[in-house]
Amino acid sequence: MNEELVFLLHRLIPALNEGLIMSVKLIVPSAVLGLFFGVVVGTCRAFGRGIIKPLANGYAALFRGTPLVIQLFILYFGLPGIGIYLEPYTAAVLGFTFCSAAYHSEYIRGGLLSIKQGQLLAAQALGFSTLKTLTTIIIPQAFRRALPGCGNEIVYLIKYSSLAYVITCFELTGKAKVVASESFRFSEVFLVVGLYYLVLVSVASWGLSRLENKLKIPGFGH
Amino acid sequence: MQTNAKTPLMRVHGISKSLGGREILKSISLNLYEGEMKVLIGPSGGGKSTLLQCMNYLIAPDRGHIELLGQHIDPGNHRELCLFRQQVGMIFQDFNLFDHLCALDNVSIALRKVRGMSKKQARERALSELDRVGLADKGHLYPAELSGGQKQRVSIARALAMDPKVMLLDEPTSALDPELVSEVLAVIRGLAQNGMTMIMATHQMGFTRSLADEVLFMQEGRIIEQGSPRVLLAEGSKTRTLDFCSQILDVEGGV
Amino acid sequence: MHETLDVLMDALPYVLQGAAVTIVAVIGAMFLGLFIGVPLAVGQVYGGRLIRILCGLYVWFFRGIPILVLLFLFYFGLFTLLGLNLSAVVAATIVLGMTSGAYQSQIFRGSILSLSRGQLKAAQALGMSNAMAIRTIILPQALRLSIPGWSNEYSIILKDSALAFVLGASEIMARTHFVASRTYQHLPLYLTAAVMYFILTWIGLILLRSLEKRVRIKGYVH
Repeated sequence: MNEELVFLLHRLIPALNEGLIMSVKLIVPSAVLGLFFGVVVGTCRAFGRGIIKPLANGYAALFRGTPLVIQLFILYFGLPGIGIYLEPYTAAVLGFTFCSAAYHSEYIRGGLLSIKQGQLLAAQALGFSTLKTLTTIIIPQAFRRALPGCGNEIVYLIKYSSLAYVITCFELTGKAKVVASESFRFSEVFLVVGLYYLVLVSVASWGLSRLENKLKIPGFGH
Repeated sequence: MQTNAKTPLMRVHGISKSLGGREILKSISLNLYEGEMKVLIGPSGGGKSTLLQCMNYLIAPDRGHIELLGQHIDPGNHRELCLFRQQVGMIFQDFNLFDHLCALDNVSIALRKVRGMSKKQARERALSELDRVGLADKGHLYPAELSGGQKQRVSIARALAMDPKVMLLDEPTSALDPELVSEVLAVIRGLAQNGMTMIMATHQMGFTRSLADEVLFMQEGRIIEQGSPRVLLAEGSKTRTLDFCSQILDVEGGV
Repeated sequence: MHETLDVLMDALPYVLQGAAVTIVAVIGAMFLGLFIGVPLAVGQVYGGRLIRILCGLYVWFFRGIPILVLLFLFYFGLFTLLGLNLSAVVAATIVLGMTSGAYQSQIFRGSILSLSRGQLKAAQALGMSNAMAIRTIILPQALRLSIPGWSNEYSIILKDSALAFVLGASEIMARTHFVASRTYQHLPLYLTAAVMYFILTWIGLILLRSLEKRVRIKGYVH
């Protein structure tokens, strides 16, 4: 077998597969928690009373207005300064969750606010309880409106999960960096890891557009 | 330019066009003579708009070709095509003014960019064309600030500024509120009286009666009747044209 | 507390110099992205089959791979293979610009498609060549419509530029990290850096909003 192929099959691919597992372990919980937290923040931004609304708005502005890498550094390198020590993995998942929640909240808020007041009145007039109105009128519509944005956000999360590397959580990119630095084959290694991400992102985007098509309602959303 | 009265200014030769598997135009031929005003009439979807757009290759016909002043136009030659289009004015149903330019610039942009006129020359020419359509004082307004009738008059000025040899008008008044129709028709009437060669798709029957030299009735991609309006639209004549027109007359009224 | 303040005051001028580097890199990347994005968008809308496929591949590649991987790939790999000996800042600017080109092309593409098809026809009917019609009629409008998307792109590039520190580009992040690793005042220093990014985000957005106002066309609602 030629040398290139040996390197690829016995060195690079196994290392990247290990990294891939770590990436998935980062992405999935962050996506789920981020979406959940994003729904909470988005709802507060849309309907929050008193201090809650500006607080939620401030949270979103803060996390959207600063680079994710700084947020990660603050969690990992900064918090020990006040006595909080986080594992790289925990810091990464927390950072991804907080950041993507801020972005999700934007779409959730938009989705919630897009529902016309008249529909809520109509539901009340028909005798819907608040809970029933929420589950049968508001959520199905808001979900569809927010879906493209939130889905996109999850695609972004796949790519930005690569930042876990800078706080020493060795996922795809981190593993690639290690192999590349040892072997000095930067172009090959990063092209191959790029391919991994391309596949992940393309599959996620494809799944998302299928979901969107499946949920499509004629004339809705224009 | 001297042209023999017998040779047509513009010649349409066997134009056919299919879109989405449907045959929109079925081998249409017609001649436009200098100073003549032809009117295209017929139900919507009959191919009038497609025919007019084929006449300056905005839609590429599948078969057939166009001649201007006896010259065969080759649409594959982009330069030749652009030169040809400069000589053929086109008026659209929905105006298609350039939304980012004020009325004056809408008229002058082609003079500057296509004709290569200086800014000053183009401006003067554009002003005189705006004056001709009665909008000399509206040059600084943007399309969004004009009424529909004013927009269409600007688009006529825009076409006239290029000194077209022939004008194609695609239902110039059908996107207008009824009270704005007459100001646009007045401009077109002026053009006809000054001897502009025109072919126009319209449902304005009174206008057609008084100004058209020939009426072409189009249906399902064919010209099925043609002749002078006096014959085709005569009271009691059994033409399909009259039949069709009497149906729309009630709805749209004449001028 | 006193010590922290001293460290901050000492570090501030040094980090602010990094802010200048960040600003130059971001502006450079935005304009590079503009020069790449406009032809890409025109190619995707008006190009023949081959051109459309090529433009699509470019966009797919740069949108599907994390910035971090692209930075490594180009700086350590491809640029070196091409014999280019670029400084970290220049390399990062180019990579950010190429990536932004892919995203900007999507913004411009959307704007072009939202314009009425009739205006292009009207321009052609006046005898304009296709290239001239696109240049004088389509692009002036599409670019105006793209400014909101462009503002968004600005804040994304600004945040992504923080990743240039992995190449050793001496921008805000790298300098902050450097001072932090010597003084162990991680938390206050990273918070300061976060504030800087936050301020830069807002300054940029305000400037772009005033640009949007300045080029606005009267009565033009889209």
